[in-house]
Parts: sequence; structure tokens; C-alpha cells
Amino acid sequence: MEGKSGDLAFRTGITLSSGLTFLLVVGMFFTLLYFSLPALERFGPSLIFLTSWDPLSEKFGILPFIIGTLITSILALAISFPFSLSIGLFLAEYYRGTKVSHVIGAATEVLAGIPSVVYGLWGLTFLVPIMRDLAIYLGRTPYGVGIATSVFVLILMIVPFSASLIREVISLVPSDLKEAAYSLGATRYEVVRHVILPYTKTGIIAGTLLSFGRAMGETMAVTMLIGNVNHIPSDLFGPANTMASVIANEFQESSGMTFSSLVFVGLVLFLMTFMINLFGRHVLSRIGISKELDKF
Amino acid sequence: MAAKVPVLNREIRVRDWRVFYRIAKDRIFTFTIVLLAILMVVPLLVILYHIYIKGLGSLGFDLIFGLPKPPGEKGGGVLNSIIGSFYLVGIASVFSVPIGIATGIYLSERKDSFLAKSVAEFMSTMLGIPSIIVGVIVYCWLVIPLKGFSALAGGIALGLMMIPVIVKSTEETLNLVPESLREASYALGVPYHRTVLKVLLPSALPGIVSGILVAVMRVLGETAPLLFTAFGNQFLNLNLLKPIDALPLRIYVYATSPYREWHEIAWGAAFLLVILVFLINILTRVVSSRWRVQF
Repeated sequence: MEGKSGDLAFRTGITLSSGLTFLLVVGMFFTLLYFSLPALERFGPSLIFLTSWDPLSEKFGILPFIIGTLITSILALAISFPFSLSIGLFLAEYYRGTKVSHVIGAATEVLAGIPSVVYGLWGLTFLVPIMRDLAIYLGRTPYGVGIATSVFVLILMIVPFSASLIREVISLVPSDLKEAAYSLGATRYEVVRHVILPYTKTGIIAGTLLSFGRAMGETMAVTMLIGNVNHIPSDLFGPANTMASVIANEFQESSGMTFSSLVFVGLVLFLMTFMINLFGRHVLSRIGISKELDKF
Repeated sequence: MAAKVPVLNREIRVRDWRVFYRIAKDRIFTFTIVLLAILMVVPLLVILYHIYIKGLGSLGFDLIFGLPKPPGEKGGGVLNSIIGSFYLVGIASVFSVPIGIATGIYLSERKDSFLAKSVAEFMSTMLGIPSIIVGVIVYCWLVIPLKGFSALAGGIALGLMMIPVIVKSTEETLNLVPESLREASYALGVPYHRTVLKVLLPSALPGIVSGILVAVMRVLGETAPLLFTAFGNQFLNLNLLKPIDALPLRIYVYATSPYREWHEIAWGAAFLLVILVFLINILTRVVSSRWRVQF
């Protein structure tokens, strides 16, 4: 009898708490929607397409931030990809199981654990002066902070993450496939090109997609380094703003329509990263990589 | 007979050239891979080196045990932020650990239910949601109704980020526990809830504990969700309903300030934070490798 009532209590307990978790996540979405409604009702979908953000004259176009986010994250991703792929191949194929590989593997793991704000601090102290000199050398306005600086730090932040995902994907290639190719006389390049890359294509694309999601949502380092200017960026060395950085900068002292529009920015960012993650993780878990993902 | 030899020779030369081309391509590719890898690993190691040098340079007794001082005054420390960080992680754990473990048990026990499937999907995607959004949401949930920034709001924000990690690790570890343990327990007449709580859960404990540690590691360095929840406080505070400081928040405030002394303190605090994260990382490895129940 005691067992029965205990069972019931236990079952109710675990069901309730997963129900609560479910409600928390759904609630998060509806909270964003609810608090962005005033701005949506007042301005409609024009919020997304208007190109100027000026709370004083009640202009709330979030296009500059969407463009800022896309430019920084796409650039960072495009530049970091060859590097991540190289490190992945280096660790999982060329120097698999060697001392070098262990050291670099451990170092990337430590780097992946370094908080974003520390990367921002590093950027402000070491990178901004260098970028300022570089801009002067190139004859541009020497802001120091700006898109180029943020992209540089974003690259450094993404590489440890995407390299270890790519490494994990590459180490899943069955060795008999590679051995078969080698026994036919293939060189290492040919094995990589015709066996490893085709086999891992899906995984690498999905991993890259997840890195893209991370780059889009990256807040602190970008906020500290992008210069925070609310217009559509025209110069790679000039300041801009991303969706995450405008929230970090302006949310605290916002109220009324500004507050509501900023929550809307959050909603757009939420939906974009949610979709990317849903898709990327789905693909990765289908090919058997999910444990590795939870480390990040 | 004599006519065949040059033909053969030519064939060999042609093959030579092809092989040479393939080998050259292979060498160039290997060189490129190694070069690109080194090109990226070097700046990353430089960052580690900078954190070490700059951080160690400004780390001292005063930094760890002092309280912030007004700009211009020498010295000052981040004791309030260190205590605040632990306090926030404590609040976060108090509510996220039980919910996370219970949800993880549910996901592993009732795999096929609609609720379990959708929660599992949500948890995976939650891991990739930008942390600043969690801050915005908790602002709407707690800061607006309570009419002020508070340690409670900060803790809840961090807790929301911990839940998915704990749920996932609990679920995955429980899935690894063999069915025979459960059957043995049932055969002895142990009721269902006791089987889960006293047999399955203890066997999965190392995995769950390392999951909790990973979650703590993730949130310890988070700044974005605390900006509009815990807010930061230059005094030591332990009141749940008052703003509280955290190490990453202090680093952010000091790093973006115009004062040179504050930049130094920011580096010291960054070094402390990285060391803390690193120690938890090592602890996680120890837990998951040494303290393991073998099946």
C-alpha cells in the first residue's frame, strides 16, 4: 500500500517537473511575443524593414541590427571555416592520437570554456590598438572598434567550438573505408577529398550551422568591440550594432515603445537561432553526435 | 624486341609524372592543413598567454579580499563579485538541479510520451539560445513585477540556462544503466519509485554530477543574462531582493570604463574567472573518469 502511494507521488513529481520545464520554454517564447506586441501593434511588420533606429523620434527599424548580425556572423563563419576544417583534420586524421594532437585538443577545450566577456576584454586591450593602426595604414577612419574587430574576435571564439565538432564528425569515419582507399593506392589528399569529406559532409554542414547560431547570439565580446552605432553599416572598419549588442546596450534604460521594440529584436533573434539550432542538432543527432554537443 | 623498350620507357615516364603530380598535390594539401591549423592555434595560445601574464600581474591579496574602490583610488578588489558569483550559482542550482534531474528521469522513463519527446527537443535547442534572451525574459518575469533588479532574478536566469544541460546529462546517463538492474530490483519486490530512486539514480550519479558541474561551468562565465537581472552592485550584498555583483559583470563594467586601474582589476578578475572555470573542468573530468560505476 505504501509502495503504491509512493509510486503515485513519484510519477506525479517527475511528470509535473517536466510539465514545468515544458511550460518554461513555451512561456519564454510567449513572454517575448507578449512584450513585443505593443510595438508590433503600433508599427506592424515595418519594424523589420525600416532602416533607422532612433528612439527619440520614435523610429524603430531593426534592419540595421539584423544586417549587423548577419554581416558579422557570416564573415566570421566564412573566414573561420577553412581554419576549423584544418584543425579538425589535423586532430582527427593527420596527427590522430599523437602528443601534439592531445595538447591542441586540450587547449581548444580550455579556450571553448573561456567566458565571452574575457574575449571582449582581450579585444579591447590588445586588438583595438592594432586595428586602429591598421585602419590608419589603410587610410580609413581609425575607430579601433567596429565590424572588423568583432569579426576577428568572433573567429577566435568560434574556431575552438567548430573545430572540435568537425574533429568529432571526422573521427566517426570508419577506418575500413579509409583503408580500402589507401590499399588502392590513394594518397592522403585523395582519401580526404574522396572518402572523408563526402562521408562527413552532412555533419560538417550541421556543425557549421550550429557555429553560425552561436556567432549570431554572441553578445558580450561583440557588444564591447563593435562600437554600437544604430545605422546600417557601410564600412567594415566602422562601428555597427548586432541584435544581441543593441539589447545589451539599450535594454536597461529603455521603457515604453523602445522597450517593446527591443523585446521584439530579442524575439527575432530567438526565432532565428531556434530554427538554426533545431535543424543543426537534428542532423547531428541523426548521425550519432549528441554527447559532444552538450559540452558547450 | 628492340622497338618495345622506348614505348615502355615512355609509359613509365608518363606514370611517373602522374604519380609525381598526385604526390605533390598531397604534400601541398598537407602543408596547407598544417599551416592553417598553426595560423589559428597561435593567436588562440596568445590569448591564453595574455590572460596568464596580464592576469597574474594584477592578481594579489587585495584583489581577492578587497572591495571595489572609487575610480582614481589605488587598489580595490572584487570580493563582492566572487561571493556574488557563487551566491548566484547557488540560487540557480537550488531550483535547476531538482527540476533538471526530475525532468531527466521523466525523459528516460517515459521516452515515448508526447511530453517527453517535445521536452527533449526543446532542451537540445535551448542549449543554443543566446543567453542575452534569457536575460530579457527573466527581466519581464521578475524584474518588472518586483520593481527592481535582484539576486533572485539573476539566479533564476542562470538556472534557466542550467536546466537543459542537467536534463540532458541525467537522461543520457540513465539510459546507459542496464535493464537487468531494474529487473533485479523488481524481482525483489521493490516498488517502482524506490527502484528508480535507490537503484537507478545512484548508479547514474557520476554522470548526473558531472552534468551539474558542466552546467555550473557554463553559467559561471555568463554576463549577458545578468545585465538586466542581477545588474551588478559595487557593495557586498546577500539580500535576495537587491542587486548583486558577479565576476563577469565586474569584468564588463571595469573593461569598458575609461580608468586604467580598473582595467588592471578587470584582468585580475578575468584570470580568477578562467582559473575557476578551468578547475571545474578538471573536476568534471575527474568525476566522470574516476568515480564511475562499471556495468
